Amino acid sequence: MPVRFELYELPPTTRVLRGEVRDFLRAELGDRPPARRAPSWGGFDREFSRKVGARGWIGMTWPTRYGGHERSVLERYVVLEEMLAAGAPVSAHWVADRQSGPLLLRFGTEAQRARFLPAIARGELAFAIGMSEPDSGSDLASIRTRAERVPGGYRVNGTKVWTSNIHRSDFMIALFRTHHDPAKKHEGLTQFLVDTKAPGITIRPIIDLAGSHHFNMVLFEDVFVPEEMRVGEEGAGWKQVTTELALERSGPERYLSSLVLLVELIREVGKDPGERAAPVVGRLVAHLVTLRQMSLSVAGMLEAGDNPNLEAAVVKDVGTTFEQEIPEVVHALTGVEPTLASGTDLAQALGYLVQHAPSFSLRGGTREILRGIIARGLGLR
Amino acid sequence: MNELRAILADVVTRLFTERVTREVRQSAESGMWPDALWTAVEENGLTLPLVPEARGGAGGTWADAYIVVSAAGRHAVPLPLPETIVAAWLLARADLEVPTGPLALAPAQRDDDVRLTPATGGWRLSGTARRVPWGGSARHVVVVTAVDGRAMVARAAAGGFGVEPDRNLALEPRDTLVFDRTPVTAAPAGAGVPPDAAWQYGALARAAQIAGGVDAILKSATRYATERRQFGKPIGAFQAIQQNLAVLAGHVAAADIAAAHAFRAADRGDALFEIGVAKARTGEAAGIGASIAHQVHGAIGFTYEHDLQFVTRRLWSWRAEFGGEAWWAATLGREVALWGADALWPTLTAR
Ligand SMILES: Cc1cc2nc3c(=O)[nH]c(=O)nc-3n(C[C@H](O)[C@H](O)[C@H](O)COP(=O)(O)OP(=O)(O)OC[C@H]3O[C@@H](n4cnc5c(N)ncnc54)[C@H](O)[C@@H]3O)c2cc1C
Repeated sequence: MPVRFELYELPPTTRVLRGEVRDFLRAELGDRPPARRAPSWGGFDREFSRKVGARGWIGMTWPTRYGGHERSVLERYVVLEEMLAAGAPVSAHWVADRQSGPLLLRFGTEAQRARFLPAIARGELAFAIGMSEPDSGSDLASIRTRAERVPGGYRVNGTKVWTSNIHRSDFMIALFRTHHDPAKKHEGLTQFLVDTKAPGITIRPIIDLAGSHHFNMVLFEDVFVPEEMRVGEEGAGWKQVTTELALERSGPERYLSSLVLLVELIREVGKDPGERAAPVVGRLVAHLVTLRQMSLSVAGMLEAGDNPNLEAAVVKDVGTTFEQEIPEVVHALTGVEPTLASGTDLAQALGYLVQHAPSFSLRGGTREILRGIIARGLGLR
Repeated sequence: MNELRAILADVVTRLFTERVTREVRQSAESGMWPDALWTAVEENGLTLPLVPEARGGAGGTWADAYIVVSAAGRHAVPLPLPETIVAAWLLARADLEVPTGPLALAPAQRDDDVRLTPATGGWRLSGTARRVPWGGSARHVVVVTAVDGRAMVARAAAGGFGVEPDRNLALEPRDTLVFDRTPVTAAPAGAGVPPDAAWQYGALARAAQIAGGVDAILKSATRYATERRQFGKPIGAFQAIQQNLAVLAGHVAAADIAAAHAFRAADRGDALFEIGVAKARTGEAAGIGASIAHQVHGAIGFTYEHDLQFVTRRLWSWRAEFGGEAWWAATLGREVALWGADALWPTLTAR
């Protein structure tokens, strides 16, 4: 098969680091109840992110001259999986650490790196992702928000949507159209760093089905973006955004979103799970262990400097299927009514995950789009 | 993959591609022992990856064995090669001589009652071992059992026990062996080898065979999807087919890594948990994978004429042999319940 997962093993040296992260999380999160851990990487807490930055756990693999710590991809992986397993509120640094920072490192100017990376690594700068638009979801290359050249920079007009956390972020990396040729929609796209406080930007909240506000609609009306905030060459946006999406898809957050609920299920079934629960729980654990090995394998490929785009798509597809199965299984096995803020920890974690699970196979590229990528990898398209 | 392992992979792939023909598989299904194929496999040193060089083996690791066993599954090799590899390892670990020729591994059922008893000048084996893979074709049967709670490995030569032939879905021999005070050579099992080692390592081997098998049917289905044309284009151009094959590819990747992970655990020692993960995960991949592959192949894939069935009939049997998904998942479920909820993540990451 063209999709190739080599078995990878974390070096024993990562054990000390794992212990440090666990101690830190125990001290920071204490006995935070499962329902508050259930949002996984959705929790936004700048104070927490600054503490993580102070420990040297943001921008871990970046050069020290940009505030990074020159540690390995695998050490970073250990930190990420511990944060996720604990349901730590990592959202205020997650996007910048995962994709915006690496993007700047790769395609940004020296000035951009010097200005943004150290602050990101300190956990002080929150980034949002400006890709989707009202008429452009999966078909990202069809975006219409225009950036026209004006003296000293660009003037931006248009609308972004589903922009997570931009209302509490400092910057966003956005994809705009700098050149319009209907026959070549992948050309003429360019990425920009946009200050979320820039004049002409209006942020309108969108409330999700569970009543929370993290999504937004962002209106751009004659927003001026200085030349030096362009990321990469004009017209190089498509290639860059594909790289960014690969970073967005490759981490352990794509299979661990429902771990809290699995843990509560194990608590619920107790020491003697009985004939009905044992195989059901065991099957989920078999999937969990397997996905962790697949995800580690992707980290190993990144560490080796390979480009695991295809493998990342596979892990996200198999991983989100697993994440979505857990609430189904809990329902089938226990019949517990999912609740908002009453009932047991299991009922509340279920309440959170039942409502959020549909988004797992949408965000970061839908299931159908990922399977299309895999099919291309198989040589079918 | 290290270099030696890559070479080994090349050797097995070349050998099986050349020698495991449709005729060989068909003749094995009619009950003929594929002697020439066995000789080629033995001459290439594929039967003893886990036997030390001092005993005539390759002195390799379980990770090396994974290459051979998964390839045996991928090519639907009609030989007890996985069984021989495991049985030879058990003999070597017990400090018993490893004979040439095919070996079978027993018991293959958890509730078989096979007893080893001391007798003047050696050991005797009594009881019935049901549905032993290749039990009647092997030159020796290696039996793992407990004597006073201690794991023992016994070697019985063909002819010393009764054979009631039967088959699995793929027409591979699954013979019931009747031992009646059969004289055997026996010794305490190697350190760390459990009394149910035949069951555990049998399951480990099947997991690798399944991982190879689902990979083979993905390849077959992908090739077919680019060749078969309907409505004026290759069926692989239809999104429904593409999406199904992407799902199959996910199961293939999961099966491969789950099985390889268990083989690596076997190199470390106690691998029961990882074997459970592998057998449960590959078994699921086998069921879903066979179903998708058949759907893509249409009616031609439902014929004996087409090679797909050589693999899918094996998958349907292998997933049930040495414990199906339900049995292994229940074992895992009880194990993690004992750990307790809060120990799940720490324990998994420490293994
Ligand atoms: C929780 C969450 C957070 C998000 N955060 C951000 C963010 O911060 N920034 C940002 O830019 N975006 C964000 N998004 C948007 C996300 O990237 C889009 O939802 C996604 O790309 C899909 O676009 P869409 O929702 O418009 O669906 P559509 O593209 O309209 O798709 C609707 C359905 O049609 C299917 N479909 C579409 N095209 C095809 C095709 N070619 N073949 C088969 N099926 C197809 C899809 O798979 C899906 O099932 C977020 C989304 C979610 C759910």
